[in-house]
Amino acid sequence: MPRLVSHPDEVIVLKRRFGQGAAKIDRYIELDGYAAVQKAIAQGAESMPGWIIDTMKASGLRGRGGAGFPTGMKWSFVPKTSAKPKYVLVNGDESEPGTCKDHVLFREDPHAIIEGAMIAGLAIGAKTGFIYLRGEYRYLLNIMERAVADAYAHGFLGRNIFGSGLDFDIITQTGAGAYEVGEESALMESLEGKRGVPRIRPPFPAVVGLYGGPTIINNAETIANVPHILLLGGEAYARLGTERNGGTRLFSISGHVARPGVYELPMGYPLRKAIYEVAGGIKDGKQLKAVVPGGASCPVLRADEIDIGLDFDQLAKAGSMLGSGGIVVLDETVSIVEFALRTIKFYQHESCGWCIPCREGTDWIKKTLTRVYEGGGAKKDIDTVQYIAENMMGRTFCPFGDAAAMPTLGFVKKFRKEFEEYIEGKRAGTPTMKEENALVEIL
Amino acid sequence: MADVTITVDGKKITAPAGSLLIEVCKSAGIEIPAFCYYPGLSLQAACRMCVVRQEKVPKLQTACTTQIAEGQVFFTDTPEVVQARKATLQLLLGNHPLDCPVCDAGGECELQDMTFKYGAADSFYAEPKNHREEQKWSPVVYFDRPRCILCYRCVRVCGEGMDVHALAVENRGSSSIIVPNVPAQLPPDSLPHLDCEQCGMCIDICPVGALTSGTYRYKTRPWEMNHVATICTHCGDGCKTTLGVRSTTDGSQIVRGDNRDKSGINGDFLCNKGRYAFDFANSRERLTQPLVRQPGGELKAVSWEEALTYVGRKFTELLDTHGGRSFGVIGGNRLTNEEAYLLQKFARSVLHTNNIDHHRTADYVAFAQSLAGTTGRAASLRETLTAKAVLLVGGDPTNQNPATAWNLRTNVRHNGAKLYIANTAEIKLRRQTRAFLQVAEHGYGALAAYLAGDDSLAYAAAADNAALAGFRDAVRSEESLLVLIGNELRGVELKRLIDFGLALPGAKFALLADYVNSRGAADMGLLPDLLPGYTPIGPIDTSDPSSRIALEYRSPTTPGLDLLEIFEAAEAGNLSALYVVGADPVARFDVDPASLTGTFVVVQEMFLTETAALADVVLPAANLYEKSGSVTNSYGDLQQVRKAADRAGVRSDFEMIVRIAGKMGADIHKLVPFGVGVRAGGTQADMGQTRGAQSGEADRHAVWLTANNLEPRLNPFDPSAILDEIQRLVPGYDILRLQLLSGIDQHLQPAATPIRNEAGLMQIGNRRDLVLPANDTLFTSGTLGSYSAVLNELQHYQPRQALIHIDEPAASG
Repeated sequence: MPRLVSHPDEVIVLKRRFGQGAAKIDRYIELDGYAAVQKAIAQGAESMPGWIIDTMKASGLRGRGGAGFPTGMKWSFVPKTSAKPKYVLVNGDESEPGTCKDHVLFREDPHAIIEGAMIAGLAIGAKTGFIYLRGEYRYLLNIMERAVADAYAHGFLGRNIFGSGLDFDIITQTGAGAYEVGEESALMESLEGKRGVPRIRPPFPAVVGLYGGPTIINNAETIANVPHILLLGGEAYARLGTERNGGTRLFSISGHVARPGVYELPMGYPLRKAIYEVAGGIKDGKQLKAVVPGGASCPVLRADEIDIGLDFDQLAKAGSMLGSGGIVVLDETVSIVEFALRTIKFYQHESCGWCIPCREGTDWIKKTLTRVYEGGGAKKDIDTVQYIAENMMGRTFCPFGDAAAMPTLGFVKKFRKEFEEYIEGKRAGTPTMKEENALVEIL
Repeated sequence: MADVTITVDGKKITAPAGSLLIEVCKSAGIEIPAFCYYPGLSLQAACRMCVVRQEKVPKLQTACTTQIAEGQVFFTDTPEVVQARKATLQLLLGNHPLDCPVCDAGGECELQDMTFKYGAADSFYAEPKNHREEQKWSPVVYFDRPRCILCYRCVRVCGEGMDVHALAVENRGSSSIIVPNVPAQLPPDSLPHLDCEQCGMCIDICPVGALTSGTYRYKTRPWEMNHVATICTHCGDGCKTTLGVRSTTDGSQIVRGDNRDKSGINGDFLCNKGRYAFDFANSRERLTQPLVRQPGGELKAVSWEEALTYVGRKFTELLDTHGGRSFGVIGGNRLTNEEAYLLQKFARSVLHTNNIDHHRTADYVAFAQSLAGTTGRAASLRETLTAKAVLLVGGDPTNQNPATAWNLRTNVRHNGAKLYIANTAEIKLRRQTRAFLQVAEHGYGALAAYLAGDDSLAYAAAADNAALAGFRDAVRSEESLLVLIGNELRGVELKRLIDFGLALPGAKFALLADYVNSRGAADMGLLPDLLPGYTPIGPIDTSDPSSRIALEYRSPTTPGLDLLEIFEAAEAGNLSALYVVGADPVARFDVDPASLTGTFVVVQEMFLTETAALADVVLPAANLYEKSGSVTNSYGDLQQVRKAADRAGVRSDFEMIVRIAGKMGADIHKLVPFGVGVRAGGTQADMGQTRGAQSGEADRHAVWLTANNLEPRLNPFDPSAILDEIQRLVPGYDILRLQLLSGIDQHLQPAATPIRNEAGLMQIGNRRDLVLPANDTLFTSGTLGSYSAVLNELQHYQPRQALIHIDEPAASG
C-alpha cells in the first residue's frame, strides 16, 4: 500500500486533498468539492461546453496515461450531435510497471474523478460515464463505489445535476487483469464484455467509441485534474508547467531511492533533482546506474543522461518518453541483462496476441534473453534481440509492440557492453530474479 | 462514392473514395500480401503483412484498413516494406513446424508462397519451437495447432459467414490458440470438439495447413490430382465445386472437394455435402456390372452386351404385344439435362408413351405456369446476394439450400438487405431477419391468400394477427422484392403467392428444391402431361409453335400416367414394363413390391436400392461426377457439368438410353443428332479442309470448331449433341452456349406456355399433389446420401457436451 510522501519542491494541485479524508463526501465538499462542476453549470447551458473546452485547451493539460495528447483538443473532436449516446470513460486500468499514481488518487480523492467525469460529460453532452478500474485494484473499487453512491445520495449524480436540467450517471467496472486493456480501444472492448483486444483506428473513440457512440476516454489522473483546472483557471494551471506541457503531474518514483513515493511535480522538473532531492537520492549510498523515466515501456536513461527536464518534449528529444510518470531508479547492483529480461517477460506475458510482430516478437526476445541470462548466450543473440525489436517498432497493431520493443532496444543499445561481458562470464550486478518476481517491488 | 486518384508505386490509379487500398491495388495488378485480410469478412489488421509506406505518414500503414482519398501516395515495394514483411514471416516461421513435406497444404499454402517471395526461410532462433499436439475436432475437421498462424479467418467465417460461432481464440499472447465450442471432457475423450454445421469453410479459408479435412488429410499431394470444376450433385442450389481427382487401378477417384474456383454462383461458399459427400462414388456397395434376374429369381452379373440386348429385346417384345401405354418411365433429379431430355424423348418417340414422370421435390409446373407470359421475373441465385429485400416463405435454406442461406446472410451483413421470413418453424435464418412471422401449421395457403389481400383467412395464416398485418404492410411496401418460396407451397397456393408478388413492382421469384437437377427434370419434360419447356400435350397443330416438339417426336397426343398412376397401373396388372433411370420410387413412395411382379423392370442405378432390388435388369450407372452435361438449379441457373472421376464398369445414363434404343432398332441419328455440325440447320463439319488446315493444326482446328459451334459430334454418346437440340427446341433454353461451356452459369427464364383456363394452372382439378419434398438435412441427401460414409458419420456424430450457449445477436439493422 503506497504511503503518502511529500517534499517541499512539490507544487500541489492534484494532491491538495490527499491525506485529509476526502474520500468521504462531506469532507470533499468542505475542500471545494463539487464547486468546479457548479462553476461550469453557472456559465449557462449555451456557453458551458465551449467554456469548459476552452479552459481545458488553455490549461495545456496533456493526457497523463502516457501518450500526452492535449486533453482539450481531444474533447473538441467529439461531434456536437450524435444519433448514438455519447460516453465519458475514465481509464483507471493503471498497469504500467513502475506507476502507482492512480492508485493513490482513487484512494485519497475519488470524488475528484467523479467530478472530473461529470464536467467532461457536460463538455461533450454525455449522459453516462464509466470508471474502469484495473482488475488488480478491486480493493479500491469499494472506495470508488462508496463515493459514487454518496454522490447519488447527495443528488449530485443522476437526474438534473445541480439544477442544470442535465443528467449524468456513473457506472464503475473492473478489468480482469490484462495490461493491454489499458489501451483505450481494448478497454472499450473489455467494458463491452469482449476479449481485451484493441480496435482498428480510425475511427477514433471521439467519433466511434464505446458501444459505437462518441466517447472521450481519459486517464484517471487527467480527469482528476479537470475540477482543479476549472477552479484555478486554464492559464494559471498552464503556467505551473513548461511551454506546451501545462501544469503539474504525479510522478511515481520507485526503485533504489531513499524515499520512494508519489510526488506532484511541475512539468519540466529536472530528473536529477527528482531523484537526488525529492526522492532522497540512491539508497544505501550506492551509485546510480540507470533510470527508467516513465514506466517500463520507456527506454532507459544511463546515469549520465539524467540532466533533463521531466516533460513530454524533452524526454522525447532524448530518445525516451515521459510516459505515465513512473520513474524507476536502478543502482549499480542491478544487472541490466536481468532487468531487460524481467521487462520483456512482462510484455511477453501481457501481449494480447492479436498481431504477429508483438505476439511472436515478445516471445522470441524473451526466449533468447532467458538463455542469455541463464548463461547460454552468444554475442549474436544481442543482434538477434535487437533485430527482432527493431522489426517490431512501428509495425504492430497497437502501441504495445513499441512499448515492448523500445525498452529492449534501449537496454541492448545503451548497455551492449554489459551484455557482451555478461555473455563472456563477467557478470555485472547481482542476479536475483525468481520466476514469480514482479518487475520491481513498488515502494 | 466519387472517384479519387491515388498514386501507388508511381502508377496513377482511380477508384471510388473510401475503397480499401488492398482491393484497389489488387484490381490494378499490384499484389499486396495478407493473411488475415479476406474479402467480405471483418477487418483485422492483425497479420501486418499488408503494410505499405504512405507519403507524409510516420508509420507503415496496413493496406487492408486504409481507405483511399484523393491524392494519396503509396509505396508497396520499398526495401523498408519488404523488410517489414520479411521480418513478420521470420517471426511466424520461428514457431511454425515447417513440416511442409507432409502437410496437406504443401504446394497450396499462402505461408509457403509468401516465404518464397520474401525469402525469409532462414531461421535464426536457437530455442525450441512452441509445440502443441494435433486435435481431431470432428469427423471432418482436424486442427494441427503448431501450423496455425492466428489469422482468425476461421473464427470470422464461422461467426460472420456461417452465423455458427463455433470457433474462438483462447488464452492470449504467444499462448493464443483457436478453440472449438465444445471444451475438452474428462479422459479418455480429453479433446475439445466442434458442434457445428460441419461446413468446412474454416478448412477452405485457412491460409496454411492448420485446419485440415478428415476426409482428405494425408491422402495425396495437391499436385498429384487433377482439379475439375463441376457442379455438386446434392441440393437444388447447384454449387460449383472443384473435385481433386487421382488415378486408381479401376478408374480415377475423387479424393477432395473444395471451393478453390470462386467463380461459381456459390462464390466463396461450399457446404459439407459439396466438400465431403462425394464419397458415395467410392462406396463398396457400388454396382459395377450389369445384373440380370435369372429364372431362379437371383440377380446375376452379366456382360453389358448381354444385358443391353436382353433389355432391347424385351422392350421391343412388350411394345409390340402391349403397346407404349403399358410402359412406365421414371427419371431422376440428379440426371443431367441432356439425359433427362433424352429419356423423355426416348419414352415419347421410341416407346411411344407419355407415361413418364419423376420424383417432384417442388412444384415447378405451377411455378412456371404462374410466371407464364411475364419476363425477367425469375431470380438467379446470384440475386440472393444483391437483392435489397427478400421474402422467404417456407423452406429452411440453412439445412436444405445452404448456399442460399449463406448468400442471404452475406447480403444482410454487407448490404443491410431486409430479410422477411414467414415460416411455421423458427428456422435459423430468422436471426438475420427484419421481421419473422410465425406461420400457423398448414397456414402457407392462408398466408398467400392474406398477403394477396384476402383478410378472411388471417386466422389460418398466423396466430398473431398484429404481427401478420405488420408483416404484410412491410412486405408490400418493398420495391424489387425477391420472393423465395419453399416447396411447402404448391399448386394454387404457390400461384397465389406469385400473383401477389407480381403485383409488386420489380418482384422476382425462385422456388427452392431438393436436388441438383430437380428443376431441370421438370424443365426437360419428365412429366406425363407436359413436353420440355412446360409445353402442354395436345392435338398437334402445325401452325402453333408449341407443337414443334410433338411434331418432331411424333409422340402420343394424350397425356400419360403420372408417377402414382404408373404404380397403380402396375398393381392393376396393366404395366408391362417399367424403366427407372436414377430414382428409387419403391422406397420413396412406399410401393408394394408385389405389385411389380408382372412388370418387366429395368433400373439404371449406382446401388442396389429398393427399386433396383426388384428389377429384372439392373444397369450400373455413373453418377454426376462421372459424366458431362448440364444441370439447372432451383433458380434456373444453367451450369456445365464436367466429368471428373471414372469407374470401370459403369456407364452414363445417356449412353445406356442410347444403347437400349439402338438394341430396339430405333434410328439413333434421330434420337441424338450426331455426326453433323448443327449450326444453321445442319452444316456438315469439314474437319478443316475448307480452311486449308494442315496436319499438326488439328488441335487448333478443334478449338476453332468448338468456338464456332461446328465441332462434329462423332458419336451418339456425346451429350453436347443433344444440347444443340435442347437449345433449339426447349423454350427458355436458347442460351449462349459458349458462355456455358466456359463454365459461366447462364440464368434462364422459364418460358411456359400460358394455360388458358380459369386457374391458369394445368394441374388443378385433375391431378393430385405429386410433390414429395425430400426434406433433407445438412447430413442427408436422399438415397445417395445413405451411401456416403461421411454423411452417415456426421449424422451420428454427437459432441458429448451441449453447445455452449451463444446469445442470439439482435436482428441487424
